Amino acid sequence: MAKVKYIAGKEPHAKEHRMIFRNVDREGWDTSLATYQKEGGYKQLAKALKMEPKAVQEEVKAAGLRGRGGAGFPTGVKWGFVPPNNTKPVYLICNADESEPGTFKDRYIIHQDPHQLIEGLIISAYAVGAHLAYIYIREEFPEGAQILETAIEEARKQKFLGKNVCGTGFELEIYVHRGAGAYICGEETGLIESLEGKRPYPRIKPPYFPAAMGLYLCPTIVNNVESLCHVKHIIDMGADAYGKLGTPRNTGTRILCVSGDVKKPGYYEIQVGKVTMGELINDMCGGMKEGRKLKAVIPGGSSSKILRADEKFTLKQGDKDVEIGIEDIPMDFDSLMACGSMAGSGGVIVIDDSRAISWVLNNLNTFYAHESCGQCTPCREGSAWMKKITDRIVSGNASPEDVDTLESVAYNIDGKTICAFGEACSWPTEAMVAKFRDELIGDTDGKNAKRPVSKETQEAAKNLKSLTT
Amino acid sequence: MALKVPADLEKEIDKRITHYPESKRSAVLPVLHEVQSHFGYISEDAVVWVAKKLELEPIRVLEVVTFYPGFRQKPVGKHHIRVCRTLSCAMAGSAELMEEFCKKAKIDRSKVSHHDPIAVSEDGQYSIEFAECLAGCGTGPVCMINDDFHEEVGTDKLEEILKNCD
Repeated sequence: MAKVKYIAGKEPHAKEHRMIFRNVDREGWDTSLATYQKEGGYKQLAKALKMEPKAVQEEVKAAGLRGRGGAGFPTGVKWGFVPPNNTKPVYLICNADESEPGTFKDRYIIHQDPHQLIEGLIISAYAVGAHLAYIYIREEFPEGAQILETAIEEARKQKFLGKNVCGTGFELEIYVHRGAGAYICGEETGLIESLEGKRPYPRIKPPYFPAAMGLYLCPTIVNNVESLCHVKHIIDMGADAYGKLGTPRNTGTRILCVSGDVKKPGYYEIQVGKVTMGELINDMCGGMKEGRKLKAVIPGGSSSKILRADEKFTLKQGDKDVEIGIEDIPMDFDSLMACGSMAGSGGVIVIDDSRAISWVLNNLNTFYAHESCGQCTPCREGSAWMKKITDRIVSGNASPEDVDTLESVAYNIDGKTICAFGEACSWPTEAMVAKFRDELIGDTDGKNAKRPVSKETQEAAKNLKSLTT
Repeated sequence: MALKVPADLEKEIDKRITHYPESKRSAVLPVLHEVQSHFGYISEDAVVWVAKKLELEPIRVLEVVTFYPGFRQKPVGKHHIRVCRTLSCAMAGSAELMEEFCKKAKIDRSKVSHHDPIAVSEDGQYSIEFAECLAGCGTGPVCMINDDFHEEVGTDKLEEILKNCD
């Protein structure tokens, strides 16, 4: 039983609305079933089991829950894609591969409140008719995997799992499956391949939509950790009350993970769309570091397109188009999309004026070059070249034309690959070149160099130069 | 030389295999994790053993071992360090952290890379590699030493962290 380490000064901010994170960093809380049940744990499961599975699905659909993993797709609608005449077993997979740079919310749910996830998972399995569920957890959470296995064992002893869940005749087993350090396993079809014991090469859609042809070619639902936790709260509150949290079409709460150049990085659970980017950075995160100004924000995990501090965006408010600045963007799915980026996985990376964009981009391109699975040529080759070109730019060994080449490589990946990794790896380059072209060109000759360049990058750039000159 | 697998490890492996009633092949990752945590790395003999256990061709196991950064084909130090290299941790100083780790653990910095090869100190006590995002971006720089996660690892904390490893 893991005790929660209570951290003073990490009390929720007044603008937060803690629901999923209610017990995170909470004094006296631990991961045991007894503690969870003391506060009404597993009562929602009992409530859900009294409903028809279809009714649970309808409730989640009516609540407007959108997936918290990155795409923001409505969870209830996804569940409805299991073919109605299906005779095969249905599987439910919890995607706990949390690996989008900038995102660290699932870590805290798993390590500090595992039963919340398991209860949400059991209710969801009941709703979609699954009798076997897997939690695919990233390898880098070994303690988390153990905590979950202990929690599952406790739940099994109390008959919340097994052949006869709560005496209703519903049968369910949950197993924890550990990944092995590959980002691509967060992509749902890659995850399924990995769970089948293979290299995680994503499958092409169509025909391999998981809800129809997923794990072992059976209907499979893959949901993010946070999304599954929300299901429990929807059953608790009812769709109507849940739908009143947040804003229409962007309901409920969501956890924003803030990192980078702010005074108080960390996790903040807000009602979706009820907090603006400015409130998040300036109030909740204590503002920028001393003497620093905001330069840009990557608003939804490393793949989301960067927003410049001085950019103007047009949002629809009622019937009118309104022009706003970066600090006025409401933190919700639709607004960030309208601003040309996305809410993604909720990972907000704040960048101040001391950072060179070439350095930021080079860091991300190194990540994507390392994580491309190699199945599709445009992505495998392109991600490696984007890294090499930014190695050269950041170390001041490039020519201004390299910036154009970089951009053209990115546009030759985007939309030309089996899975969305193609977009994920090219969007940072596309957006940073479009919005910081002059700065990148200015960096190519190394005269403006003020950024730290790692030894690996210097070496790589040297080798590259000798190949091309 | 065939791999010698102790009875209790094999028992644990057999239990893991039961978690996949539809397909034994699904157990490749969990079985490899058990093997790696016991032997420290996955040898050629281990690949053959796992393949036989799961009724697969050895290449089906080897292709998995070579793909995932979580699996190693060579021994590492007694304390294996993974330093997060990705953006938020880099902004918080993970490059400096890597330099200091190498100095303190007496590891040749020029041998450090992304997973392959993994740099090991001469006495075999420590090994180190860069890892991609460890999902601790709010408390960077972060690192893992074996299974333990360390947050806000300032270079001033290293001495103590390394001492507590033993």
